[in-house]
Amino acid sequence: MSGGLYSTEKNDFDQTLDLKKIKPYGDTMNDGKTQLSFTLPVPAGDEAIEAAKQLLKKMGFENPQVVFHKELTEGYTFFNCYGSCTHTVDFTSIHVPKVEGTKWDMHETDEFIRENIGRPLIVVGASTGTDAHTVGIDAIMNMKGFAGHYGLERYDMIEAHNLGSQVPNEEFIAKAIELKADALLVSQTVTQKDVHIKNMIELVEMLEAEGLRDKVILACGGPRISHELAKELGYDAGFGMNTYADDVASFVAQEFVRRKNK
Amino acid sequence: MQNSKLGLDFTKVAHAKDVARKIADDVQKFVEQYSTVAVERTLCRLLGIDGVDANTVPLPNVLVDEIKDKGVLGEGILFFLGNAIVETGMNPQQIAEKVAVGELDITTLPVHPTDKIKAALKPLVDASIKRISDRRAKKENYLNTIGEGPKPYLYVIVATGNIYEDVVQAQAAARQGADVIAVIRTTGQSLLDYVPYGATTEGFGGTFATQENFRIMRKALDEVGEEVGRYIRLCNYCSGLCMPEIAAMGALEGLDVMLNDALYGILFRDINMQRTLVDQFMSRVINGFAGVIINTGEDNYLTTADAVEQAHTVLASDLINEQLALIAGLKEEQMGLGHAFEMDPSLENGFLLELSQAQMTREIFPKATLKYMPPTKFMTGNIFRGHIQDALFNMIGIWTSQGIQLLGMPTEAIHTPFMSDRYLSIENAKYIFGNMKNIGDEVEFKKDGIIQNRAKEVLNNAIALLENIEREGLFTALEKGIFGDVKRPKNGGKGLDGVAAKGANYYNPFIELMLNNN
Repeated sequence: MSGGLYSTEKNDFDQTLDLKKIKPYGDTMNDGKTQLSFTLPVPAGDEAIEAAKQLLKKMGFENPQVVFHKELTEGYTFFNCYGSCTHTVDFTSIHVPKVEGTKWDMHETDEFIRENIGRPLIVVGASTGTDAHTVGIDAIMNMKGFAGHYGLERYDMIEAHNLGSQVPNEEFIAKAIELKADALLVSQTVTQKDVHIKNMIELVEMLEAEGLRDKVILACGGPRISHELAKELGYDAGFGMNTYADDVASFVAQEFVRRKNK
Repeated sequence: MQNSKLGLDFTKVAHAKDVARKIADDVQKFVEQYSTVAVERTLCRLLGIDGVDANTVPLPNVLVDEIKDKGVLGEGILFFLGNAIVETGMNPQQIAEKVAVGELDITTLPVHPTDKIKAALKPLVDASIKRISDRRAKKENYLNTIGEGPKPYLYVIVATGNIYEDVVQAQAAARQGADVIAVIRTTGQSLLDYVPYGATTEGFGGTFATQENFRIMRKALDEVGEEVGRYIRLCNYCSGLCMPEIAAMGALEGLDVMLNDALYGILFRDINMQRTLVDQFMSRVINGFAGVIINTGEDNYLTTADAVEQAHTVLASDLINEQLALIAGLKEEQMGLGHAFEMDPSLENGFLLELSQAQMTREIFPKATLKYMPPTKFMTGNIFRGHIQDALFNMIGIWTSQGIQLLGMPTEAIHTPFMSDRYLSIENAKYIFGNMKNIGDEVEFKKDGIIQNRAKEVLNNAIALLENIEREGLFTALEKGIFGDVKRPKNGGKGLDGVAAKGANYYNPFIELMLNNN
């Protein structure tokens, strides 16, 4: 293959780490090396490769390389590319909103609820709207949990009700009232055309209309959900990728006590 | 005696099938006494009733709601339609249009003798049966002339929401080597108690299943099939509240594969069990007659339950699905019984356990076109590891001679597949299927080793579960949560109000005609 296994390029850039100006790392500080793949709606050929390289330059990559390309079907070409990123980011000025509180394991949370609340917290969860996926809400609520993190059903001090999938917001609220929920968990997996946003906003509006919004802790979760997005939409917390029942349970318990002590 | 690489005791397998048969027979006794709104709408569609009223309500719904509202659903739509034909001389479509505008009440017409009603329906029923037979013959002609890809068939999904964009994606996938194209349905369609009408370009996470969309995609796949010299199968979803209607639409438009599970809707969509069990029978009779391969949904158990602990649930469900399908006239070759590669990748020797279970499924259902599902639960967004997980899955697919390999995508859990994701997945599968083609003929398993013992354990546990279900009866077993840990009340869930006991005038000649001619 062309491209060369060993780079003989002279590294004439500053190789000291500056957290005010970070860029991608390949094998040398500040080399900016980045891999990308994408498809362009053009037939394969020298022109297609040149188009891919020009696009990389416009994205801010120096020394763009197309290392592999393949016409997927007539008029669509797939590229694997490398380039050196010219942009930098100031890492020292970054602020990401996070769920407040300490993350505990199941026993710590159970103990905290026992001592500070004295009764089990009632948590009602569902994959709401038209979303048919139960994998998220099950990972948080089912006894078994996910990846070694026990689900809420296993907690002594949490009474967990998993309503499953495709639960309309009206039904979800009716069930929350019936069960006297302390916290509501909304799971959203399908995000095409922002269907999850509309559905999540609708729930907040309906809770407000019923005068319930301040009476419950409202959290949401899913692979495309962030805490920042959740706050924007009027939720108390959002749980994204790599968060588990422990994260949710410790938040709910701590938030409940925070509100009680207000 | 069949030879087992796993040292399986086939007298145990025969016993398991016997128990599953008793469970299925018990269900069938119930099924035969009832009909549903979906079954009756299906009969409307089979008689050629199509289109929508001024409020875009499909005409089959207009007619069936009419008799349901009048409290005579149990008499069946064919009785009223046949009687209306005798009385008015109009055809079913004309009758439906008159009912839709309120110019005709088919429930208050003078009742004609049964033999006249049946005679009036006969040419229409025969024409419908012929149309489906002709469609099936067209497919068989393709298979006999341009042929098909080798098994395991490569199955990929398209899910743009726009049927015309789906066509571009599907044709590209066929050129890359796909054998089966599944058009994922828009989220929530399974809970609609009607089938939308016409070509659609808006959907969430998938595309509406409509008869026109079926027609558009089937035509596109015929074109690309002729181009690549390989028949390309089309798959859709015969599940939810419109199970048999979708089967009828698929039969009329030449679909080849249908997701069609007897229990899935009950357990995972909270559809009422009486409704689903009656609907699944009619839908499977149609699928059987139309030469459709059904796919069952056992992989879904493992997206929530643990794949190691609950493997026997998958096998037990496969066995029940098989017996219910046999009752509905499906041939074993038409059964895409489902199972999945869903163990935690961090599990030591997980590959051996997966290999064992896939081989076990192959040996227990030797003629079935088994449907093997890829990893989804432990796909993390790490596309590089994901591609390797899919490679391990593909190795087992070729090793154990699976029928339909649902190709995993490295971008599972991120987005519905890009055109390039499909390319990478097809390349992955073709590489492994070619490179390891005869490994199953070459390699045997150690006596009483990990692989053999795993299969025996799963079979024993499945038998224990089936015996438990048989003791309780399937309905009670579902109520008690014996299956998949999900409890469903017999009178709960969605769609129960669309179930009715058959009345004295009930008539559905399609079941017998279709069962006798598959």
